[in-house]
Amino acid sequence: MSYFAFLAEHGTTLLLGTVTTIKVLVCSIILYVIISMIFGLMRLSKNRIIQGTATVYIEFFRGTSLLVQLFWAYYVLPFFGISLEAFTAGVAALGLNFGAYGAEIVRGGILAVPRGQWEAAHALNFSPAKRIKRIIIPQIFPIILPPAANLTVELLKATALVALVTVVDLTFEAKQINSITWLSAQCFGTALLIYYIMARFALVPFLRWLEVLAAKKVGRGKA
Amino acid sequence: MSFRWDFAYEILPQMLLATLNTIIAAGVGYAIALVVGLFFLLGQRTPFKIINIINREIVEFVRSTPLLIQLFFVYFVLPQFGITLSAWLCGMITIGLHFGTYLSEVYRGALEGVPKTQWEACRALNFSTIYTYRRIVLPQAFPIAIPGMGNYLVGIFKDTPLLSTIGVAELFHAATAVGGYNYRYLEPYTMVGIIFLILSVPAAMWVRRLEAKVNVAQGKIKQ
Repeated sequence: MSYFAFLAEHGTTLLLGTVTTIKVLVCSIILYVIISMIFGLMRLSKNRIIQGTATVYIEFFRGTSLLVQLFWAYYVLPFFGISLEAFTAGVAALGLNFGAYGAEIVRGGILAVPRGQWEAAHALNFSPAKRIKRIIIPQIFPIILPPAANLTVELLKATALVALVTVVDLTFEAKQINSITWLSAQCFGTALLIYYIMARFALVPFLRWLEVLAAKKVGRGKA
Repeated sequence: MSFRWDFAYEILPQMLLATLNTIIAAGVGYAIALVVGLFFLLGQRTPFKIINIINREIVEFVRSTPLLIQLFFVYFVLPQFGITLSAWLCGMITIGLHFGTYLSEVYRGALEGVPKTQWEACRALNFSTIYTYRRIVLPQAFPIAIPGMGNYLVGIFKDTPLLSTIGVAELFHAATAVGGYNYRYLEPYTMVGIIFLILSVPAAMWVRRLEAKVNVAQGKIKQ
């Protein structure tokens, strides 16, 4: 069977899987960005309890393997009466896991904003909330976007794991086709190519564009 | 349904034995990755443009595709070409290759972290290239590379559960097997999480301490 015949027969299935992968990716990006903002700020709180909670959360999710968290969310939570759909469990585990890594990036970004900015905001008598919201947060984006871009590419790769908790994504479809046809080179090779194209020609250029945009907003990039 | 301590105690020896396998897998995979990384570094620094480009594309491809599918690819496709390897060997090769690309970036960063003036000084003193590398550049580059290398050791350790998908008998595989046999997933998966936490949190802390030390030694942060 030639490769084109293979594509003609199984191409649509793989594309449908790709759509699911993109859905998982988008949902977990949204979740992880929100979580990392919240916990990154909490990590810098002066309140011991808030800071401790964030530290425990971050250490816990960075310390255990993503696959273990996924299986825990999907197979163990039902024992406690919380039954999540595979998709929800997958997105939740991905978001929580990457949120922990992202929180550290946000924390680093906030600390990297020059001290003078804090002092100036203080001197102008801005309230603490306004200081963070209007002065500090807008400035962290050029700092955190490059590492966040790396993390997001890692997230795209990590979405493959949701196939193991029965989400019918690209990896799942590739595995399925493999078990029917045993054309392993074709189906896994195609899946690898699709992931590569998504990362290299869609996600990375988009993130680079965001980086340029963020640099422009604070007047650092070329206008 | 609640956590059954007697069951957890009963399966503990089995889990600890499998933990040993996980540690071996991480260690061997890391050793291979360290060497593979050197080869990718070599490909990057050779004066032949074509090799540089090919090398970079390979690194980009491996880095932007999921480890899980790479595992499937190696495990299912190699037999089609008459190369039948055990699951263990496949897993080790794939992990070595995947993280080798990451480590080559760590090495590259470390080499570039050595100030250019060091090279110029060596040139001025008429040292040979080999002597320059051996006595001047590498001793300075190595400390810079250590934190990154440590991070990927922890990273490999946390990615070993993926090996269970091709049937390597490591910790996660054992947990799934025990869970399936007794139809209780709560204890095995929870224990896997705890074992991972116990092993990787101190390791990650140790890497961070090392990083701080290196930063101080490099004069980036005042003590």
